[in-house]
Amino acid sequence: MPKITYIDHGGSARTVEAAVGSTVMENAIKNSVPGIVAECGGACSCATCHVHVDEAWKEKVGPPSAMEEDMLDFAFDVSPNSRLSCQIKMTDALDGLIVRTPERQG
Amino acid sequence: MGSEQADRMNETAKRATLKTDAVIIGAGPIGLFAVFELGLVDIKAHLIDVLDKPGGQCAELYPEKPIYDIPGIAVINGQELVDRLLAQIKPFAPTFHLGERVDGLTRTKDGGFRLTTELGTEIEAKVVVIAAGGGAFEPKRPPVPGLEAYEGKSVFYSVRKPDAFRGKNIVIVGGGDSALDWTLNLVPVAKRVTLLHRRDQFRAAPASVNKMHGLVAEGKMNFMLGQLHALEGEGGKLARVLARRGDNSTFAIEADALLPFFGLTMKLGPVARWGLNLHEERIPVDTEKFQSSAPGIFAIGDISHYPGKLKLILSGFHEAALMAQAAHAIVHPGKKLVFQYTTTSTSLHKKLGVA
Ligand SMILES: Cc1cc2nc3c(=O)[nH]c(=O)nc-3n(C[C@H](O)[C@H](O)[C@H](O)COP(=O)(O)OP(=O)(O)OC[C@H]3O[C@@H](n4cnc5c(N)ncnc54)[C@H](O)[C@@H]3O)c2cc1C
Ligand code: FES
Repeated sequence: MPKITYIDHGGSARTVEAAVGSTVMENAIKNSVPGIVAECGGACSCATCHVHVDEAWKEKVGPPSAMEEDMLDFAFDVSPNSRLSCQIKMTDALDGLIVRTPERQG
Repeated sequence: MGSEQADRMNETAKRATLKTDAVIIGAGPIGLFAVFELGLVDIKAHLIDVLDKPGGQCAELYPEKPIYDIPGIAVINGQELVDRLLAQIKPFAPTFHLGERVDGLTRTKDGGFRLTTELGTEIEAKVVVIAAGGGAFEPKRPPVPGLEAYEGKSVFYSVRKPDAFRGKNIVIVGGGDSALDWTLNLVPVAKRVTLLHRRDQFRAAPASVNKMHGLVAEGKMNFMLGQLHALEGEGGKLARVLARRGDNSTFAIEADALLPFFGLTMKLGPVARWGLNLHEERIPVDTEKFQSSAPGIFAIGDISHYPGKLKLILSGFHEAALMAQAAHAIVHPGKKLVFQYTTTSTSLHKKLGVA
């Protein structure tokens, strides 16, 4: 199974195994990874699952959709690497993905 | 909600305390269905929700997403479910108080309850049904250091009286309808309005965006690209808003007031202050009456807690039905409750207006 590493604001890293097709948000919640709130449960309507995708993975993960970009307006400290983790679906090509969680989700 | 409407409601409230059988706190799917179950047993209800529309999470968080586990309906989206619930409860003509948060809940001398909202509406009821779900929706607060000191003094999440901003330098942050609408409304009133947004694209209605660009072209307001970074001022009095550009450089905007619009989040809020027993931010209830630790105060839907509780709409519907039976004993003491089917009961048909 592909792996995801979450690095929190303090710099601690946690690596989890993720089923292909599951989202980066779902795997954080399932494994109690802190720093992701996911208030709307993945409906792309709360922006409390905001992550910064590691520069090395940015291209493979791809840019946010128009709807996700709109919702990112509700996130804080948005960067060019910002994504909503409920909108990133895991594939084998994303094995080893690194994302950083922000200090606060709101 | 418009400030005029709020003022009008305020005045109404000052004139008289409203009286009813039951007040339902929260107009989510479960609060809505509670109107139906209470109505069947002759209990009149008022609904109060801080959102400006009914439907709770279904309407606010996933209006267009499909739900697959409503019994008898293979698939329905959030808003459709809310619309159908509204149609179903229509015969019972509940009174809605939208855009108002219930702040106070106290017991009256006669054993009933008095509820007060942040806008000053006062309602007395014989029973209270808390259907507050995941908590009250409230504006997201931007994570800038020292924000608390400015809140209510220079930082506002809604505008009640636009006139309070007369002659002031205002910074509005966001790109949605709230941000754009208030920008357009406050330009004629304020000394200077600056709209701060992280990109040159907007969720807001294109017509508002065009108007905003027009005002900028006429030199009547400013639009700046950037993200909120820090606040400068003293004793809650704002002096400058610091913003950050995409390249991480910062700039300052002179400001007397800041209006950030970052959407909504659910917070338990006032429910925690009503002296009820709580378990991990939820209200423990028994599974016969769905009553809280305070007799006469019921809790149903996501806010309730009991062994085996599932935060599902179908569970909340069941909770509403049993709660109504228990509420009947309080609202209509001594009156016998006969179990009846909506299919066949002529007395229920009358109540439903299908006789
Ligand atoms: C993305 C998503 C998908 C979901 N999918 C399903 C599904 O497929 N099936 C299913 O069964 N469930 C689903 N759910 C869960 C379902 O939406 C909830 O169980 C349901 O909304 C709970 O209804 P409720 O009426 O108890 O509370 P809510 O819907 O949370 O409504 C509570 C209302 O109370 C208001 N309120 C709270 N406190 C106050 C106060 N002090 N004053 C005024 N108003 C107040 C709030 O503003 C809110 O509007 C989903 C939830 C989400 C987020
Ligand atoms: S979980 Fe709400 S937007 Fe991702």
